[in-house]
Amino acid sequence: MSVDKDTVNKIARLSRIAISDAEADKMVGELNGILAWVEQLGEVNVTGVEPMTAVISNTLRLRDDVVTDGDVRDKVLANAPAKEGSFFGVPKVIE
Amino acid sequence: MSEYRIQGNTGEWEVVIGLEVHAQVTSESKLFSSSSTGFGAEPNSHVSLVDAAMPGMLPVPNRECLRQAVRTGMAINAQINRWSRFDRKNYFYADLPQGYQISQLYHPIVGEGEIEVTLNEKDPDSPTKKIGIERIHVEQDAGKLMHDQHPTMSFVDLNRSGVALMEIVSRPDMRSPQEAGAYVKKLRSILRYVGSCDGNMEQGSMRADVNVSVRKPGGELGTRTETKNVNSIRFMMQAIEYEAQRQVDLIESGGAVVQETRLFDANKMETRPMRSKEDAHDYRYFPDPDLLPVELDDAFLEECRASLPELPDAKRARYESLGLTAYNAAVLTAEAETAFWFEDLLAQGVDARQGSNWLMSELFGALNKLGKTLDESPVSPKQAAELLRLVSDGTISGSIAKQVFEIMLETGQAASAIVEEKGLKQTSDTGAIEAEIAKIMAANEDKVAEYRSGKDKLFGFFVGQTMKAMQGKANPQIINDLLKKALG
Repeated sequence: MSVDKDTVNKIARLSRIAISDAEADKMVGELNGILAWVEQLGEVNVTGVEPMTAVISNTLRLRDDVVTDGDVRDKVLANAPAKEGSFFGVPKVIE
Repeated sequence: MSEYRIQGNTGEWEVVIGLEVHAQVTSESKLFSSSSTGFGAEPNSHVSLVDAAMPGMLPVPNRECLRQAVRTGMAINAQINRWSRFDRKNYFYADLPQGYQISQLYHPIVGEGEIEVTLNEKDPDSPTKKIGIERIHVEQDAGKLMHDQHPTMSFVDLNRSGVALMEIVSRPDMRSPQEAGAYVKKLRSILRYVGSCDGNMEQGSMRADVNVSVRKPGGELGTRTETKNVNSIRFMMQAIEYEAQRQVDLIESGGAVVQETRLFDANKMETRPMRSKEDAHDYRYFPDPDLLPVELDDAFLEECRASLPELPDAKRARYESLGLTAYNAAVLTAEAETAFWFEDLLAQGVDARQGSNWLMSELFGALNKLGKTLDESPVSPKQAAELLRLVSDGTISGSIAKQVFEIMLETGQAASAIVEEKGLKQTSDTGAIEAEIAKIMAANEDKVAEYRSGKDKLFGFFVGQTMKAMQGKANPQIINDLLKKALG
């Protein structure tokens, strides 16, 4: 698997990351290097080997269903570029 | 189950429908944070730093949300996956602060199941059909956008952000708007029985994405469209009708259906395409590195199973075995609210048949007149049970019970107090009844003669007259016996 410049630009757009033409060129090489290395892993026979989900074997911690958080509206809104009353304000999006 | 065909210029078309129902899990706190799920709070007050996706915040799953999804899966006889995993669905939108929704694409917590639906859940003879369920997975809800508050800005409220949803995905097994409606009704009923979702469509606790395609009957599946976020059963049925007709018209006029996402406009009763960029559906799913896989142990699964209530189909069968008519059993079990009320009545020791008849005629009738739901009933199951006991032990007659019930509805008084206060106890005083019978026979000699010459139907007339003379307070059985004797 490899990527071309169009794919890199598309991924950048989907990720909302602005990259220049020169950066895109550079990224094609870097990403293809990473992909080639990952592809090498495909050569290893892993038949019968369970996928490793964590480096340290551990189980998912679950919470009890109690309300102990929230009610921090001012903190939540503190960094908003545009704040309108109790709301975040964003450029109008209408479907 | 129901024949539904669209008549086109080139013949008949069949509609194929699949539904993705989003049901809000009943829980106090959110799926991955400990802030409240309460409805109708001040904007952005039920939001933690996790829900607002502040840097460095980590999700910790709510056990109750997983439990409710598993219980729901068990209620539809689905495969429960002991091992499941959360994935990130990546997209940018103003109501999604993380930039991704935590969902379960590859390994959902619940696998295949099915539910049996009927076109009219209150008609025991209505045909039934099994609708396959492909999966149920757990995911986060997004925030809410408001567009009409400001000329150039949309407002964002994140109170819903991070609330747990179950996405219940059906197989494309439905063939008419009616079947789709029946499926959602049955699903909602099961969710309410289980207690995993309140099923409240007005408040958005349940909404459906509707997949519709058309084909020549039995032919290859057509290209489908998905109509998003339909929030009532009526709208869903209208959207299917409109969308199926649109697709037929399009194909027959030489066009082709485009696989796309559409919106239903309830005012215009039509669907229209959403104005999305073509790459908006490139979600780049990958396992969420913040979360380990969900592994369910035996104890967890056993508790889920043990805590399941009796479900509608099983309850209906049991009620029939208690002697209820099939119709009564179907009506009483269709909605969890009704079934639970009836259960409370039975728990007070009321006879099942007597209780069901009274609930369906008297109580439903009264609530209908008052414009109230069963939850708002002014008479509780305990109060109703007292009234019914007074009838079954012969203290008052059925017709007096109706009067007592009227007073109970108005005043909230206990049945026994009303009977005592108004002197409504039924009399079994044969002497008093015989005296009235004698008077009535004397006043209606002609009718007595007719009766004796074979006009049996007149017996009812005498019963009515006697009861009237006794002001409704005589024991009807004794009236019957005494009248038979007197009329010979």
